[in-house]
Amino acid sequence: MRDMTDRTSAVAQAVPGFPHDAGGPVFREPWQAQAFAMTLTLYDRGLFTWPEWAAMLAAEIERARARGDPDTGDTYYHHWLAALERIVAEKRVTDAHTLSRYHDAWDRAADRTPHGMPIELQPEDFRAT
Amino acid sequence: MANPDHHHDHGGDHAGGSELSDMQLRVRALETILTEKGYVEAAALDAIIEACETRIGPHNGARVVAKAWIDAGFRKALLEDGSKAVAGLGHDSRVGEHLVAVENTPDTHNIVVCTLCSCYPWDLLGLPPVWYKSTQYRSRTVKDPRGVLHDFGVTLPATTKIRVWDSTAETRFLVVPMRPAGTDGWTEDQLAALVTRDSMVGTGLAQPPGKAV
Repeated sequence: MRDMTDRTSAVAQAVPGFPHDAGGPVFREPWQAQAFAMTLTLYDRGLFTWPEWAAMLAAEIERARARGDPDTGDTYYHHWLAALERIVAEKRVTDAHTLSRYHDAWDRAADRTPHGMPIELQPEDFRAT
Repeated sequence: MANPDHHHDHGGDHAGGSELSDMQLRVRALETILTEKGYVEAAALDAIIEACETRIGPHNGARVVAKAWIDAGFRKALLEDGSKAVAGLGHDSRVGEHLVAVENTPDTHNIVVCTLCSCYPWDLLGLPPVWYKSTQYRSRTVKDPRGVLHDFGVTLPATTKIRVWDSTAETRFLVVPMRPAGTDGWTEDQLAALVTRDSMVGTGLAQPPGKAV
């Protein structure tokens, strides 16, 4: 199986014009895997149908292209996460303001955590700046 | 492990601390909210990720194709109702309503694309490769499938028709490539090793027997 993957990847690398697929881990960064898994979980819970999700993702990709994103596939999970944020807001699970508040809290948590230590969210991270 | 270049100070308060990228911050924010509201659990998310990275992948699709090659009854069932035939092998479809298997013949080569986003039969092929998600593949495959195949190193006889299948959220496609010559009497396992991911998307062919190790 490994050999097959290597061969496929060698072919892909030889293909001009296509971003090649390294044949490595399916997610390039852990956040991509988290975003993917959260989407599947919310779908399983019936928060949205798959056609709804596909439409949301397609719209996000379209918006990104309109902004000049080259859309080579590398930014795919950026669009994915943006679509996920949008759909949870649309389904009133949360809203942009709350997302932004938690985003900033995590940023503060990272700031005060010594490098190499696990970053954990504390109530104090929600303080207003 | 101190690395003075590691910290990209925005307001000067990162010094000595950790840093998360904006994407990491957004994912953590969303995950925290969804966890607090009881929509997701960390352990369940990890299980999905683990499955994506190990259990699901093109080897599942390869087994389906190999079985279709040696079992005429299964081949017929697969072409008639892909979802049902595949569910019979224990591959329950996670997303999407319908799996349609399309068979390559000397007359017709099938290639799959999703022009809108990147619908893809994950459960059988794993997550889609980067090129599948690119605008270039999505737009060019419809307009110039022969050119795309050429870029992938596949040249078909001029008499072979190329059929492009555009996936939707409801319908996903699995290409059943042609069985390579010289594989008479091969077992399902041996045959499955010849079935590449690209051959099941239609951007490649099954490997000839000499190349399988």
